[in-house]
Amino acid sequence: MSQESTGSRRTYFIVYAALVALTVVTVLVSYVNLGLMNVVVALAIASVKASLVALFFMHLKSEDRLVWGFALVPLAFLALIIGGTLLDTMLR
Amino acid sequence: MTGHVEERTDPRVAFEAAKLGVWAFLATEVLLFGALFTAYTVFRIQYPQLFYEQHLKLNRILGTVNTLVLISSSLLVALGVNAIRRGKTRFMVICYGATVLLGAVFLCVKYVEWTEEFHKGLYPGTNIFFSLYFMMTGLHGIHVLAGMCVLAYVAVLAHRGRFSESYYTPVELSGLYWHFVDLVWIYLLPLLYLIG
Amino acid sequence: MNGEPETGRGYLEERGWRSWAYTMDHKRIGVMYLCTTIAFFFIGGIFALLLRLELLSPQAKYFSDHAYNVFFTLHGAMMIFLFIIPAIPSGLGNFFIPMHIGARDVAFPRLNLASYWIFVAGFLVVIASLVSPMDTGWTFYTPYSAKTGAAVATLSFGIFLIGMSSILTGLNFIVTIHMMRAPGMTWHRMPLFLWGMYATSIIQVIATPVVGVTFLLLAMERIFGVAFFDPSKGGDPVLFQHFFWFYSHPVVYVMILPAMGIISEVIPVFSRKPIFGYKAIAYSSLAIAFLGFLVWGHHMFTSGMSPLANAFFSFLTFFVAVPTAVKVFNWIATLYKGSITFEAPMLYALTFIFLFAVGGLTGPFLGALATDVQLHDTYFVVAHFHYTMMGGTVMGFFAGLHYWFPKMTGKMLNEKVARIAWALVFLGFNVTFFTMFITGFEGMPRRYAEYLPRYHVENVISSIGSAILAVGILVMFWNFLQGIRKGPPAPGNPWRALTLEWQTSSPPITENFPEIPVVTDWPYGYGEPKGRTA
Repeated sequence: MSQESTGSRRTYFIVYAALVALTVVTVLVSYVNLGLMNVVVALAIASVKASLVALFFMHLKSEDRLVWGFALVPLAFLALIIGGTLLDTMLR
Repeated sequence: MTGHVEERTDPRVAFEAAKLGVWAFLATEVLLFGALFTAYTVFRIQYPQLFYEQHLKLNRILGTVNTLVLISSSLLVALGVNAIRRGKTRFMVICYGATVLLGAVFLCVKYVEWTEEFHKGLYPGTNIFFSLYFMMTGLHGIHVLAGMCVLAYVAVLAHRGRFSESYYTPVELSGLYWHFVDLVWIYLLPLLYLIG
Repeated sequence: MNGEPETGRGYLEERGWRSWAYTMDHKRIGVMYLCTTIAFFFIGGIFALLLRLELLSPQAKYFSDHAYNVFFTLHGAMMIFLFIIPAIPSGLGNFFIPMHIGARDVAFPRLNLASYWIFVAGFLVVIASLVSPMDTGWTFYTPYSAKTGAAVATLSFGIFLIGMSSILTGLNFIVTIHMMRAPGMTWHRMPLFLWGMYATSIIQVIATPVVGVTFLLLAMERIFGVAFFDPSKGGDPVLFQHFFWFYSHPVVYVMILPAMGIISEVIPVFSRKPIFGYKAIAYSSLAIAFLGFLVWGHHMFTSGMSPLANAFFSFLTFFVAVPTAVKVFNWIATLYKGSITFEAPMLYALTFIFLFAVGGLTGPFLGALATDVQLHDTYFVVAHFHYTMMGGTVMGFFAGLHYWFPKMTGKMLNEKVARIAWALVFLGFNVTFFTMFITGFEGMPRRYAEYLPRYHVENVISSIGSAILAVGILVMFWNFLQGIRKGPPAPGNPWRALTLEWQTSSPPITENFPEIPVVTDWPYGYGEPKGRTA
C-alpha cells in the first residue's frame, strides 16, 4: 500500500498552524468594510484553506492523475450549475 | 454467500479501488452541497442588503470557535492515519477518539447557536437567508454526525486490533471523509458568518 | 473454452430466499433488479392504458380529473424513477459489466447489495405515498407541489432513497471499470456497452445528488416553510426547475446511453462484421454525457428564463445531435454489406435505430426557441420523448433482454413467438405515438383529461395503438416465461459472439469464469481471420 505517500507529522503541524492563522485573518478582515472586496478576500482565503486540507491532509499532493480527476471534475460541474443558473437569474 | 470475491482480490488493488470509491463519493457530496451553494449565489446576488443585515444576527464568535474545532479535529485525523501507517494503533485510537469528541463539541456549539436563533424568532422559514443558513448548517451537521459514527466505528475496530501498518484502508478512507466535512465548513464560515 | 467448464456451479443453482436476499453475486443482484423494475414497468404500463382509456372520449367519462392527474403522475414517476433509470444500468449493467471486463464481480459486492436494498426501501416509501397519491406530474414543479394536499414529502423521500441507490451503483461501476479489468483488457478493447455504462455512471454520480437535495428542499418547504422556491418570501420557483433539470436532463442520457451500448453489441454480432468506428462510438458516449450537462435549460424556454439563457441553451442543444448522429451513422456503416440475420435481438436493435432517429429528429423542433413556444406542453412533446425513451431505451432494453436471455437463464427462446411480439410492439408503438406528433402539432395540450372534439379521431387511433402495444408486450413476456419454464437448454455461445460473457457457460458459474481470461484483441473481430483468444 502507498507507504511512501505523504505526510510527516511536521508538515501536518505547519499546515495546521497556517489553517488557524488564516481563520483568524479571515475573521478579522470581515470586520473591515472593503465593499465588494470582502467577498473576494473571504472566498480566496477559504480556497487557500481548502486547498491546504485537500493537498496535505487528504494527500492529494501525492496522488496520481486519476484521483486528481475524481477531485477536480465535480468542481467543474459545480461551476457549471452555478454559471448556468446565474445566466438566467442575473439577466432575467 | 460471503464475499466470494473480496478475499481473492489483490490487497493493493482493493486499497486503490476503495480509495477511488471514496473520492467518487466525495464527488457526489460536492454536488449535493453544490445545489445549496448555487441557491446561495443566486439569492445573495439578488438580495445583497438582506444578506448583510441578516447575517449580523448570527454569532460570529461561535462560528469561528467551531471552525477551529473542526480544523483541529482534521489535524488529529491526519495524525491518526500517520500513526497507523507506522503501526502505532494506540495513538491512532486516541486521535480518532478525540476527533469524535471534537465532533460532539462542534454539534453542541451548533445546538447552542440554533437555540439562540430560535429564541430570537429566527426560523428556517423566516427569510431566504435563514432558509439557507439552516439548510446548509443542518445538512453539514448531519454529515458531521455521520462522520462521528464512522470514525467511532473505525476506532473501535482499531482498538480490537483489526488494523496494522500493512492494512489500514478504513482508517485512511474514513479520514478522507472527515477532511471533506471540514472542507465544506471552511466555505460555510465566510459565506454565512463573515459577509461583511 | 466454449463448452461446459469443469469447475464451479451455475449461479442459479443455490436455492432458498436467503440465497437471494443476502447474495453478493452481481448476477443475482442484476436479476433481482430486473424482476423489480419489470414489475414497475407493468404497473406503469397499466396507468398508461388507463390514461388512453380515458382519452377515448373528449369528455371525462371514466375517471375524475383528479384521478387522471394521479394516473399520469404515477405513470411518469414510476416509469422514470422505478423502471427506466434503474432497468438497464442496475439490471443488465450489474449482470454484464463484470462479465464484459473479465472480472469475478464488481469492485464492491457488499455495496452493490446495499444499493439494491436501498432501492427496495425507496420504492416501498414511494408506495407508501400512495395513501395520498401525487397529482403534480412527475416533474414536481413548484409552487403547486409545495401546496397540493398530496404526499409530496413522502414521495420525495422515496425518490431521494432511489437516487442514493443509483449513486452507489454508479460509483461501484466506475471503480469496477477502472480497477477490475482482466489482464490485457485495455480501454480500447472494452466492449462498447462498457463505454456507455461508464458515461452513464459518471452522470449518476454527478447529477443525482442535485435532484436529491432539490427534493429535500421541497420537502423542507412543505414541513418548515423554507423559502427557496416560495416567491412570497423572495424565493424563486424557476430555481426549482433549474435544479430539477440539471439532474433530469443528463438523466435522459442515463436512460439512453446504456441502451445505445446494447445496440453497439447487438449490431456487429448479427451483421457478422467488425463494428465500424469503434473509437468514435466509444468517445461519443462520453461526449453525449458531457454535452447532456450543458443543455438543461431547454426544458424551460416557456418558464420565463432570461432571453440570453434561452438563446444559450437552445444553441448548445443542437450540439447534442453531433455525437448522437456519430453513433447512428457508425451503426449503419456496420450494417453495410454485413451478413445480416434477423433474430429478435437484431429486430429490436434495428427498431431502436429507426424509432430513435424519429425521436431524435423531432428534437430540433423543441430545441429551437420559436417552434418550442408553439409545441411546448403539447402532445408533440409526449410523442417526442416516447420515441426517444420508449422507442429508444425500452427497445434497447428489449434487444438486451432477448440477446442475453440465453446467457442469463441458460434457456433458448421461441424465436417465432418473439418475432410476432416484435411485430405487435412495432406496430402498436407507431400507431400510438406517431399519431401524437400530429395531435400535438394541431395544438392539443398534454395532461388534460378532456379535450376539444376536433382531436377525437387522433386520440382514438392512439388508444387503439396502445392496446396493440400492450398485447405485444404481454406476448413477449409470456414468451420469456415459457422460455424459462421449458425452453431448450442454451449453448454457451448461441450467437457466436466474441465478447467475454459468451466465452463461459450458460448460465454462468458463480465465479463467472473458471479462470480469469487474458485478453489479446478487441471483441469485434467478426469475419476477420483472427478472433479473440480467451
